[in-house]
Amino acid sequence: MTSLLHAFADGAVVAKRNLIKIKRVPDLLVFTTLSPIMFVLLFGYVFGSAIAVPGVNYREFLMAGIFCQTVIFGATITGAGLAEDMQKGIIDRFRSLPMSRSAVLVGRTTSDIVNNVIVIVVMSTTGLLIGWRIRTSPLEALGGFLLLLVFAYAISWVMAYIGLLVPSPEVVNNASFIAIFPITFIANTFVPSENFPPVLRTFANWNPVSSATLAARELFGNTSPQFVPPDVWSLQHPVVYTLVWVVIILAVFVPLSIRQYRRAASR
Amino acid sequence: MHEMIVASGVVKRYGDVVALDGLDLVVPEGTVLAVLGPNGAGKTTAVRILTTLLEPDAGNAQVAGIDVCADPAGVRERIGLSGQNAAVDETLTGFENLDMVGRLYRLGRRRSIARARELLDQFDLSDAGDRPVKTYSGGMRRRLDLAAALVAQPTVLFLDEPTTGLDPRSRTGMWDVIRTLVRRGSTVLLTTQYLEEADRLADDIIVIDRGREIAHGTADELKRQVGGERIELVVSQPSQLEAARAALAGVAAGEVVAEDGGRRLTAPVSTGASALMAALRRLDAEGVELLDAGMRRPTLDDVFLTLTGRSTGEDDETDDTAAASRRTAEEAKR
Repeated sequence: MTSLLHAFADGAVVAKRNLIKIKRVPDLLVFTTLSPIMFVLLFGYVFGSAIAVPGVNYREFLMAGIFCQTVIFGATITGAGLAEDMQKGIIDRFRSLPMSRSAVLVGRTTSDIVNNVIVIVVMSTTGLLIGWRIRTSPLEALGGFLLLLVFAYAISWVMAYIGLLVPSPEVVNNASFIAIFPITFIANTFVPSENFPPVLRTFANWNPVSSATLAARELFGNTSPQFVPPDVWSLQHPVVYTLVWVVIILAVFVPLSIRQYRRAASR
Repeated sequence: MHEMIVASGVVKRYGDVVALDGLDLVVPEGTVLAVLGPNGAGKTTAVRILTTLLEPDAGNAQVAGIDVCADPAGVRERIGLSGQNAAVDETLTGFENLDMVGRLYRLGRRRSIARARELLDQFDLSDAGDRPVKTYSGGMRRRLDLAAALVAQPTVLFLDEPTTGLDPRSRTGMWDVIRTLVRRGSTVLLTTQYLEEADRLADDIIVIDRGREIAHGTADELKRQVGGERIELVVSQPSQLEAARAALAGVAAGEVVAEDGGRRLTAPVSTGASALMAALRRLDAEGVELLDAGMRRPTLDDVFLTLTGRSTGEDDETDDTAAASRRTAEEAKR
């Protein structure tokens, strides 16, 4: 029990340090918010002119997808930040202190939630300016945002593991770029997935990015009766399916990352 | 006298590369041990094992009476580590760095803040304390890193090359700081590449090479082992070299060696400055013109040359390959 309390207290100290960094070096935040704004505008107006989603304005349809992709990219900060701390020997300092073994990771992933909240606020504002509307109750909309954040939090732990594994923050950024683009594109994020070739369609149907996006889309009320999600369990129960993924990812990657942290030798 | 740091038969391998090959050392309470050796000798690996950052493959070690493998958390509560690359956060201020460490030692809010300010004062950083560390000079960063190691007033301190890369003035300043700590009763293990640094700070020195001890003793004992002082002179006319060599041989305690294409002569002597005066009188009588003449005190390089037959620089290339294969081995292991 005391060790759990220590983990939280120490985690809060580390999180505070990361948040000071966001404040002093805002470049990172600027870039993580600029690209989604760019996506909203490019997709909304370039693809939006050619793509028709039955019963929904494309720009409304698009927002949940972009939210989902952006918070996933936001999670890569966890990996890049840890890789940088390893490189600079700061992890060595932490490891030589009598602090909780999980605190650095808890602190890192927690501060990245804050980062994602800021990004979501900026994007929601952009969305509202180009005609995105929440057509459900505030509570449901809040549920949608929470689901996205929880999903991103789970991805943070995957990135934490990768960050402790690779030699430099650049590798995290490049590697995650290569992995995240296909995962977030082969889904219902930007276009409905019904007309994908069969293999891609199956992947998209069971891709948790699809379920998270669909769940958010429904919770924001950006769907219509004409727009029927594919008849697969994952997309008929998008909230539950997404949460199952969250639990599995956390169950695997939290212990894995903490183990990697204990043995990580600085380079 | 208590033994605060004890290591016996510590072995660490990275794949085929042996970083530590059965290292033994003992540091009594309140004393300073210098671990002297060139790059890649295993100094940092030894520090990482003693500070619980790395587990040894064989052997055992105790710090403040606690086994590093059996109770690493207990060891961490009693040690301070200042590493080779100042491990301080560049975007935080000096104060924020120290306060963060204080909180992580669970000093509590008020004590942590007070301790941070006190250390900034003590390390001459109070003016810069509220500036981000990225505006600090190399010497200031090292001082801050050392201050961070001292937040919880540890009884045992590990300093991994505390002055490497510092300019001479910062280096002297760092030496003063370390001497003050020792006067107050800290036990210190420091690694260094400089015999002079070990000579100034340490009560006891071990010289290591390729992960094992090759010499052990006080600075004076080591220098004696190396042959102590030498006379070094540079003749202005190469034609006078033989005359100079003969004159020098008359006072030398060993072989006269020609370096630098033959114009520089060195010879070990046993009687210090009087040997130099005797040599100069002989050279003057022979009419030998000199560009330079003086006593040379042994450096790590001399110690090394005597003990291993290699100079410290000769290993550089193999060191890099060793470090590279060590990294690959580390990665493969994960």
